[in-house]
Amino acid sequence: MSEIVSVKNLCKRYDELTVLDNISFSVQKGEVVVIVGPSGCGKSTLLRCLNGLEEIQDGRIFLDGEKIETNRNKTNGLCERMGMVFQSYDLFPHKTILQNLTLAPIIVKKRKRKEVEEEALALLERVGLSSKKDSYPRQLSGGQKQRVAIVRALIMHPEVLLLDEITAALDPEMVREVLDVVLNLAREGRTMLIVTHEMQFARAVADRMLFLEGGKIVEEGEPEEFFEHPKTERLRQFLQTFTYIKE
Amino acid sequence: MDFGVIKEYLPLYEKAFLLTIKIGWIGILLSLVLGILVAFILFYRIPVLKLIAGAYIELFRNTPLLVQLFFLYFGLPKIGLSISAEWCGALGLGLLGGSYMAEGFRSGLEAIPVSQTESAYSLGMSKGQMFRKVILPQAFSLSIPAIVANVIFLLKETSVFSAISLMDLMFTAKDLIGLYYNTTECLFLLVLFYILMLLPVSIAGSVVEKKARYRMFGV
Ligand SMILES: Nc1ncnc2c1ncn2[C@@H]1O[C@H](COP(=O)(O)OP(=O)(O)O)[C@@H](O)[C@H]1O
Ligand SMILES: [Mg+2]
Repeated sequence: MSEIVSVKNLCKRYDELTVLDNISFSVQKGEVVVIVGPSGCGKSTLLRCLNGLEEIQDGRIFLDGEKIETNRNKTNGLCERMGMVFQSYDLFPHKTILQNLTLAPIIVKKRKRKEVEEEALALLERVGLSSKKDSYPRQLSGGQKQRVAIVRALIMHPEVLLLDEITAALDPEMVREVLDVVLNLAREGRTMLIVTHEMQFARAVADRMLFLEGGKIVEEGEPEEFFEHPKTERLRQFLQTFTYIKE
Repeated sequence: MDFGVIKEYLPLYEKAFLLTIKIGWIGILLSLVLGILVAFILFYRIPVLKLIAGAYIELFRNTPLLVQLFFLYFGLPKIGLSISAEWCGALGLGLLGGSYMAEGFRSGLEAIPVSQTESAYSLGMSKGQMFRKVILPQAFSLSIPAIVANVIFLLKETSVFSAISLMDLMFTAKDLIGLYYNTTECLFLLVLFYILMLLPVSIAGSVVEKKARYRMFGV
């Protein structure tokens, strides 16, 4: 396996608040890394830094050996080699589902409309939404919108997918349909960095787990070890908040 | 009311009507371009330009169009810039309208969640692509009610054009009344032609408004 993402001594501050404190880790090609941690610990910030949406104060991020410019004004085309899906889907409300999918490949990658449309339809088919191609985002349920958002990231052929709590805004009955899509992507060998609060899912999909707290990676490990035998007290306590035991 | 008189005056009103529409729409087009530009500057807080944009809005929103027209028509030649009365009308309307349109667009821009910009960036779009393909169309849809209201307001404001001797509807009516005292007929035609000019805009505006709103929000 070869290293695709490498984060070295990443520091991110908002004024006085240090959100990411000297973080280093790497992701191998084809690996699924799941990040968990209490709310506000900087999980979203970390993904956003990788995707070039935040300026960082210190450290470096490499994609396939090349340094990512996290300054929007001199982006070097590396960030779009990572696709990101957000909690709130953020589809473009003024465009149909098909247009949502084809916009970026056509204007960013200068691909031919016909070819992109064919690919978009094939991908929609795979997530069971071909019938919605001419609908507008508002006409879809949350779960459907999130599946479209995943496809919108996929059609850019990203080398890494960043998923930030993509089921957090969904009604419980829609969580499954979205997570199934992600599980399938994992089976195909996609490289993914996933932030989630769905522990069952994390366990099923992860090759490696990271526990983020207080701006640092407090613990990491294979899912089995991570969930069954947490080494740190902090992770043990965190995991306990997800189990309901009658006292 | 004497329909013979009305028939006789009709061609004069028609001519004035066409002139008013022509200048009116050039002015409105100008105001849209200017409005988008100024809104963009204010929304993205572009240094220096934002001060100029702010001053421009205050200046043109707080002075009557009549005064602005006088300034353009009589003032500009004094500094060696003389433009035709028609261009003065269009320019004045465009400058006045731009200050109103800018506020409309800006509130449209402000209503779009930041996450729209971020997902555009995340898909690799440049700043320009993001603005043109994602932000502007949404801001436009959201600003349609304001734009329609401004268009109607601006078309009505054309009635002061007569002050810089443009032969618009108002000028024609005043002129004819002054000459022949057929006040009833002249005013009837005046009202008729203003309605003819504004009613279609009003109707088309609400149709477009409904469509855009439906497409984005489903209501
Ligand atoms: N734009 C911002 N300005 C200031 N503080 C922020 C900003 N965005 C996030 N934060 C703070 O950074 C911390 C980490 O946020 P976030 O990465 O969203 O956490 P998580 O995704 O783990 O819940 C939080 O304390 C949050 O309040
Ligand atoms: Mg978060």
